[in-house]
Amino acid sequence: MSDIVEKTLTALPGLFLQNQSGGPAAAKASFSSRLGSLIRGITALTSKHEEEKLIQQELSSLKATVSAPATTLKMMKECMVRLIYCEMLGYDASFGYIHAIKLAQQGNLLEKRVGYLAVSLFLHESHELLLLLVNTVVKDLQSTNLVEVCMALTVVSQIFPQEMIPAVLPLIEDKLQHSKEIIRRKAVLALYKFHLIAPNQVQHIHIKFRKALCDRDVGVMAASLHIYLRMIKENSSGYKDLTGSFVTILKQVVGGKLPVDFNYHSVPAPWLQIQLLRILGLLGKDDQRTSELMYDVLDESLRRAELNHNVTYAILFECVHTVYSIYPKSELLEKAAKCIGKFVLSPKINLKYLGLKALTYVIQQDPSLALQHQMTIIECLDHSDPMIKRETLELLYRITNAQNITVIIQKMLEYLHQSKEEYVIVNLVGKIAELAEKYAPDNAWFIQTMNAVFSVGGDVMHPDIPNNFLRLLAEGFDDETEDQQLRLYAVQSYLTLLDVENVFYPQRFLQVMSWVLGEYSYLLDKETPEKVIIKLYKLLMNDSVSSETKAWLIAAVTKLTPQAHSPNIVERLIQEFTISLDTLMRQHAFELKNLHQNVGLMKSLLPVDKSCEDMVVDASLSFLDGFVAEGLSQGAAPYKPHHQRQEEKLSQEKVLNFEPYGLSFSSSGFTGRQSPAGISLGSDISGNSAETGLKETNSLKLEGIKKLWGKEGYLPKKESKTGDESEAPPVPQESVIMENVDQAIIKQDHSQILTQSKEEKEKQLLASSLFVGLGSESTINLLGKADTVSHKFRRKAKVKGKKSEETTSTHNMACSSFSSLSGVAYEEDYYLNTLQDKELKKFSLNSELLDPESLTELPLVKKLSDCSLSKPSLFADNNMEIFHPPQSTAALVAKEISLASSLLEETTEYIHSNLMEVCSNETISMFSYKIWEDDCLLMVLSITNKTDSELKSANLEIFPAEDFKVTEKPGCCLPIMEAESTENFQYSVQMEKPFTEGNLSGFINYEMVDAHSVQLEFSIDLSLLDFIRPLKISTEDFGKLWLSFASDVKQNIKISDSQAALPSALKILQQKLRLHVIDIIGNEGLLACQLLPSIPCLLHCRVHADVLALWFRSSCSSLPDYLLYQCQKVMEES
Amino acid sequence: MIKAILIFNNHGKPRLSKFYQKYSEDTQQQIIRETFHLVSKRDENVCNFLEGGLLIGGSDNRLIYRHYATLYFVFCVDSSESELGILDLIQVFVETLDKCFENVCELDLIFHVDKVHNILAEMVMGGMVLETNMNEIVTQIDAQNKLEKSEAGLAGAPARAVSAVKNMNLPEIPRNINIGDISIKVPNLPSFK
Repeated sequence: MSDIVEKTLTALPGLFLQNQSGGPAAAKASFSSRLGSLIRGITALTSKHEEEKLIQQELSSLKATVSAPATTLKMMKECMVRLIYCEMLGYDASFGYIHAIKLAQQGNLLEKRVGYLAVSLFLHESHELLLLLVNTVVKDLQSTNLVEVCMALTVVSQIFPQEMIPAVLPLIEDKLQHSKEIIRRKAVLALYKFHLIAPNQVQHIHIKFRKALCDRDVGVMAASLHIYLRMIKENSSGYKDLTGSFVTILKQVVGGKLPVDFNYHSVPAPWLQIQLLRILGLLGKDDQRTSELMYDVLDESLRRAELNHNVTYAILFECVHTVYSIYPKSELLEKAAKCIGKFVLSPKINLKYLGLKALTYVIQQDPSLALQHQMTIIECLDHSDPMIKRETLELLYRITNAQNITVIIQKMLEYLHQSKEEYVIVNLVGKIAELAEKYAPDNAWFIQTMNAVFSVGGDVMHPDIPNNFLRLLAEGFDDETEDQQLRLYAVQSYLTLLDVENVFYPQRFLQVMSWVLGEYSYLLDKETPEKVIIKLYKLLMNDSVSSETKAWLIAAVTKLTPQAHSPNIVERLIQEFTISLDTLMRQHAFELKNLHQNVGLMKSLLPVDKSCEDMVVDASLSFLDGFVAEGLSQGAAPYKPHHQRQEEKLSQEKVLNFEPYGLSFSSSGFTGRQSPAGISLGSDISGNSAETGLKETNSLKLEGIKKLWGKEGYLPKKESKTGDESEAPPVPQESVIMENVDQAIIKQDHSQILTQSKEEKEKQLLASSLFVGLGSESTINLLGKADTVSHKFRRKAKVKGKKSEETTSTHNMACSSFSSLSGVAYEEDYYLNTLQDKELKKFSLNSELLDPESLTELPLVKKLSDCSLSKPSLFADNNMEIFHPPQSTAALVAKEISLASSLLEETTEYIHSNLMEVCSNETISMFSYKIWEDDCLLMVLSITNKTDSELKSANLEIFPAEDFKVTEKPGCCLPIMEAESTENFQYSVQMEKPFTEGNLSGFINYEMVDAHSVQLEFSIDLSLLDFIRPLKISTEDFGKLWLSFASDVKQNIKISDSQAALPSALKILQQKLRLHVIDIIGNEGLLACQLLPSIPCLLHCRVHADVLALWFRSSCSSLPDYLLYQCQKVMEES
Repeated sequence: MIKAILIFNNHGKPRLSKFYQKYSEDTQQQIIRETFHLVSKRDENVCNFLEGGLLIGGSDNRLIYRHYATLYFVFCVDSSESELGILDLIQVFVETLDKCFENVCELDLIFHVDKVHNILAEMVMGGMVLETNMNEIVTQIDAQNKLEKSEAGLAGAPARAVSAVKNMNLPEIPRNINIGDISIKVPNLPSFK
């Protein structure tokens, strides 16, 4: 029966349609009112269930309508609007997606617009149907109708499949030159979207973004700021040169130079100002020179923002943020601090919230600000708005120190108990755990706080928290008796917690408890291990305990068993679980059973309190040698490591390998690098099940855990603090100072107490306990605190530190000896290969081989340096005598060059870059050039003393960088620089992790004759290209490697006629990018290179007419993209 | 970047939802529900900012909302947007709606959901603020409407006339009209029952 009803229902709309097709006017009327009746119908309903029924009905009728051939586009448009409505309510309307695309393709403007809108609301960027839209978008982008172009651009910026970007990119690039401002603006934002989803595809149009920034229309410029904000956030050093432009723009905006049309409540372009201020904040961070450019305009902004409207506060807030982000200037800081006061004290709740946010941000630089506003902060702690409370707690978190920890944690716990949102709990629990670990006043407090953390945070918290806690307990601190007390206290508190009936603890908490009880129950005097085992047994029998936790529990029982005297309970447990349905539990029970039968072995396997000691495992599995020899003698095939097997398999079957090649490589590299000390890891890999299993349950895997919480309170000088602490013993003076502070505050309190109500008095007291250690009296204390405060729970770091020191030193030694060795080797090699290398060298003589950055970014500078520094051929030439310093250069410079070149005599066999001036002043000047050695990049810095007096205690230092390692070559110290002399320094630079652009910075300082000390900072740009070397392999090897690489990139680039012949194109690549040409077969070429130390990258080229098809493959994912970009660049340039 | 723009009424019924980041259908519905849940229980005298829930992407994100009569306007944004700036953007959006619909009310949003989306598309494009100038937005919308209407009316006209209209360009808006200080009129949205 119901089937029939349904059928009639679905048939109905079709019937309607037939009726309607008689008169178009009737159809129109009925369709436009359909949405109305649907909505009216929905609003009339009372239950969710009825709504669902109605919508399903509606959807099935829509389904019939949209698929009926008689449906006109106009009706389709109405249907789409209704579909949009249904989708918004959360019902699936996927049957209409294809019709939305069709509508966008076929309709007139009005219909097309609805079609596009429906598409952008229904589909997401990886939806397969989107491919059908690409053609429509391309067509509309080429339309002469502006509205169509606008629609296409909008949909592109909303959803566009990443792999189809090349199809529309040129069209959108053209739109950047469109005569209409609105089109240019939308094109810029569409390109921004591409930058977000596929940055390497728009790398080549960065120069066009600059044009957009200088667009005559303000709207286009504003749109381009989105892109710059993003790119500067990613890499601020690349855009420092634009600082001046941004400052000028902001100056004009603030000065009211824009048309009045841009005003919002008579504030000139507020959103634009906000954007610019953010950009400036990012640019000026930790950069004095850049920051100095913006001081004026920031001051102006602060002054101009008259407080009459919400939006001026928005600008002010950004101003304050920027002032505190950039290199500090005291005048500005003072003004900004005043502004923060305006926010915090404002009666408007939004502003108060932002004020607290600003305080949180600046508190690290200026803790006294918190003190100024302490009463407001106290009020905010009890504010009715939970958001304000959260922000206040965040602020308190930043000012926590050893003296106010208990009060702050108490406040945080109060909030924690009230809140229900998961993300709030996760966040807050992490903070409490971090603070407790850092500043805990005593054992009992620490354990209790952590108990609260575990029981509230339970299973949502970050897994690092319990891991860190256990590590803390296991590794202990410097004082052994203190450690034992802490552990004992933990054991006791857990036993009491477990005694409470009918309380359920989160699984993580139970896991922590079981580990601690298993390890440290022996510390108990009164209770015997049996009693503890009974408690664990009870938990094991509890159904609410997860099987993972049960594994922890049974591991704890196993550890306690050898200590127990009467093993009845253990036997019962074994009986119970050897028949368990859970295979894991059964496995554990059997292990326990077998160990239990051999108590001697068990005791030696599970020693008491040895969780921190590494187990000695024979990683080489030498005890199996006999077994292996026997196997081999019986004809078994010798063992091959995984990657070898894979390679063989690959060479046998010539198919594409879809497995990431890098993975197998790294694992083999891992075992290869294995030092004898790191045995435990080795055993993990070899997979010795019995031992690894035990080790895992026995002690937590602590080696790999990242130390997440690294902040050290709010003290600005982080390094010095930690440095001092590790030596300074806790000094009793601390308490005296504390008392002084307390007294001072209490005195202050007394003076005010008469006029205050009781409530206020309480607040005052709270304030004094919260802000202790922040007061003006204690600012000295604060700074001196580095020596006096000792963290109660400080992890043992000594051993590890020493170890790492050792390893680095040996590494360095190995490194330097290796480089010198290879240097010798290279020299020999050189004489053999002179012929081959000559070409390359000749090329460097012609000074064409330049740092790629200087080529593109600073063509002017390059020219300048060329003419002022004579020709680079001077130093490249082996015959040093024949050089002609140009007339224009000063004799001094010439001399300097000759000195520098004398150094080069030994190194000329390597190709190297031009000499570049790095920094100079009236006394000294410093030049640098790069030598691309086979195994590293050698930076040569030469410093010339231009004066006629000697300079004392000169010192050159290079700051350590995270991406690469800099090693100083021997013979580079210069306590005294003689007059008019030149000193050379060589640094070998090795890349540690791939980066595209980086820089090497450092400083040189020296003393003048009058003991006046001067410091000069410098920075040298490095690019990935500096670390690319030719990879000389055979064609067969190329074939093998080619198949094994996972990440590949293909691109066609146009080449000019002169390059059309393959050999000439390859020559360019060989010369400019240092790729090695392996073979040329017909119109195809094979090239290879490697990124130092050893990441290979292969290139396959094919020339067809004026198109060069490049196909890169490598094991590293980012390398092909980068090289492709460089190839495009050099091909365009030549 | 703006992650999502949501409008729902006092009962949590969605009136407009636009996501600028990829979320699954289910997540979108959950976000709408969760956001309503968070926003609706806020008092009148608390701040207009909220921390976004886990669904939207964790603590880096904020919900910035305004409540007009029966409707909540909520913008989910990440940390690269200014809170107060967005708050005023909502105001601009609502004022623009008010101008385009002449005293906008909840019904307008329901029956002209496509028009509202079009207005929004002129303000925010792909999650980025495109235009904040109300007059400019209104002019753009008007011009487009005119063009569309004339094209629709010409459906039966000879093809030549249609192409003539199609090639007509949008008016270039004169940039330097002094409109002075506009008094803010917070639109009063009548309740929809």
